[in-house]
Amino acid sequence: MTATPFEIKPYPEMWASLDMDVPRFDKARLMLGEAYQKTYLSQQNRPAGMAYFDNMIAEIHGGRIKELLAAKAEGRPVIGTFCVYIPEEIVLAAGGVCVGLCGGSQGSVPDAEKILPRNICPMVKSAFGFKAGRICPYFQAVDFVYGETTCDAKKKTWEILDTMVPTYVMEIPQLKRQRDLDLWLAEVKDFKTKVEEVAGRPITETDLAKAVLVMNNKRKALQRLNSLRHHKPTPISGKDGLLIEQIAFYDEPVRFTEKVNALCDELEERIKNGVAVPTKNATRVMVAGTPMALPNWKIHNLVEGAGAVIVNEESCIGTRYFKDLIDENATTMDSMLVALTNRYKEIDCSCFTPNDERITQVIKEFRDSHAQGIINYSLQFCHTYNIEEIRIRQACEREKIPYLFIESDYSAEDIGQLQTRIEAFLEQIGE
Amino acid sequence: MYIGVDLGSRTVKIAVWDGERLVDHRIAASGFEPHRQAEKMIAGYRAKVVVATGYGRHLAAGHFADAVITEIKAHARGIFHEFPGCSTIVDVGGQDSKVISLDAAGRVSNFQMNDKCAAGTGRFLEIMAASLAYTLEEFGRAALATEHEAQINSMCTVFAESEVISMKNRGIARDRIARAVHSSVADRLAGMLARIGHGDPVAFSGGVARNPCMVELLEKRLQGVRVLVPELPDITGALGAALHGTGV
Repeated sequence: MTATPFEIKPYPEMWASLDMDVPRFDKARLMLGEAYQKTYLSQQNRPAGMAYFDNMIAEIHGGRIKELLAAKAEGRPVIGTFCVYIPEEIVLAAGGVCVGLCGGSQGSVPDAEKILPRNICPMVKSAFGFKAGRICPYFQAVDFVYGETTCDAKKKTWEILDTMVPTYVMEIPQLKRQRDLDLWLAEVKDFKTKVEEVAGRPITETDLAKAVLVMNNKRKALQRLNSLRHHKPTPISGKDGLLIEQIAFYDEPVRFTEKVNALCDELEERIKNGVAVPTKNATRVMVAGTPMALPNWKIHNLVEGAGAVIVNEESCIGTRYFKDLIDENATTMDSMLVALTNRYKEIDCSCFTPNDERITQVIKEFRDSHAQGIINYSLQFCHTYNIEEIRIRQACEREKIPYLFIESDYSAEDIGQLQTRIEAFLEQIGE
Repeated sequence: MYIGVDLGSRTVKIAVWDGERLVDHRIAASGFEPHRQAEKMIAGYRAKVVVATGYGRHLAAGHFADAVITEIKAHARGIFHEFPGCSTIVDVGGQDSKVISLDAAGRVSNFQMNDKCAAGTGRFLEIMAASLAYTLEEFGRAALATEHEAQINSMCTVFAESEVISMKNRGIARDRIARAVHSSVADRLAGMLARIGHGDPVAFSGGVARNPCMVELLEKRLQGVRVLVPELPDITGALGAALHGTGV
């Protein structure tokens, strides 16, 4: 598709000014560029609208960082997060920028393992390693990190991370009783206070209402994309769908929303013209489970490499991020914060108990997406998703849904076995 | 001739099917270039269709195979041919172990496979045999002959090996340790079977099914369920691939 080879653009001076390990980071940049070329640009029949997202990858360590630094220069707060439970609206309302931090690559895991235990979640290790090795410009650019208490690995890692970058923690309860929701609301208010402090100005109702609109529009655009992916045959690959969901975590929200909607217009045209990706009769698979942070394309690569297509991600980097909207009718600050908290409590992360709504949601998304089977993916050592797997499996057995569970990390060592399991799963669906 | 080629992690197996019966089979070490090994092995036959399975299946497809199926499907096909109506397979190969459920028509309805590590695989047994200075045959026989058992707790090949070494150095008899190693693998297989749910009989395929101690210990754990071992357990996958070739 592209005449010139794909390249992630280098910005060595800017990286040096961010106190990064530039020679090492430059190698990582070349590797990511190569992986992207191989995984993404080799795909046939991609929508033209993907060019914007290709460019977002080319500028992932440059253009977007410049924007963050410009925001900082204007005194706007830049906040790094790791979780879909941190309310971005509040950051936006204060004129700030909220970015999801790096955490999807094997490359930074050895840096983390010099300090952290080895047998914890690869996403936590990868993220920590990016900071410890000074090989993530986002980490270097943020004013502070806002973590949460959604798992033990994260909440204890924040204590160590705090010695390298200021890290605050929002307590997310583990149950959803009224007293838990009261605590949650208080935590949201504390978060607002912290953001106002860094921004040096109070957040008004008008600010927050505007921010809620921006985020709701972004979620609606992603919902629209998701429902177009559900069309039979699907007009866009699962890899491209996942990529957009990943970019959602670091792009400027208004521009991103516009580009996703423009892509959706194109996909609607494709559907009218009967365009199918990769082929009309490709086996349709839905993925459920833990987040796949950029550049974790492992499962999508294997599934689509075997000729099937992924049509839905029931994941934090997926529907959990955009399935719920905030009620826009609230007008007072207090009622707006309640409406906001009510929306966030709808996110059905496995850190909650009980979490029946997620089991229902997985089956619903399976039906909505016209998938033929579910791959449940859990990051290694993610206890809550790993154990909730039992209930997802039982639900799939009950509903007679072909089901495969994969527990994996970011390394390449299990690719051969995973390929066999995924191909056998596709054979099973096809028979 | 319909030829099935199973390019496994340790050995290459071929099965030659003439449309009605198995007329020949061969087994050889995989070597560094398993597809060349396989090509040599099938060179003497007039092949109508060659179907590849096993870890090297895609490599074979790039060189000589007409079609490719996974070893899961190949074992299902091979076992259902040997034991029609059988609904559960345990396959223990060189690099992985799997449990496969079949429906009434012999189609795969569910499967489980060990992930990254070598625990509970043929390779695990090989390494343990070597650290006790047994050949593989002696290893299985010695374990079968003793009634006394020690306990191995670790499932990881690396840790289990150090556990075996520490048992040796505590003066525990060799055959008892051998028995313990077999028991730990049987426990793991029984666990996988319980997880997926199994029928009666259970078919046992793959090279490890030739180990009489493994068969006996697995049978014991399944309490009354019959464990069937095909005459040539190593070539089940290759046979399944050859049979698949008749429909290509």
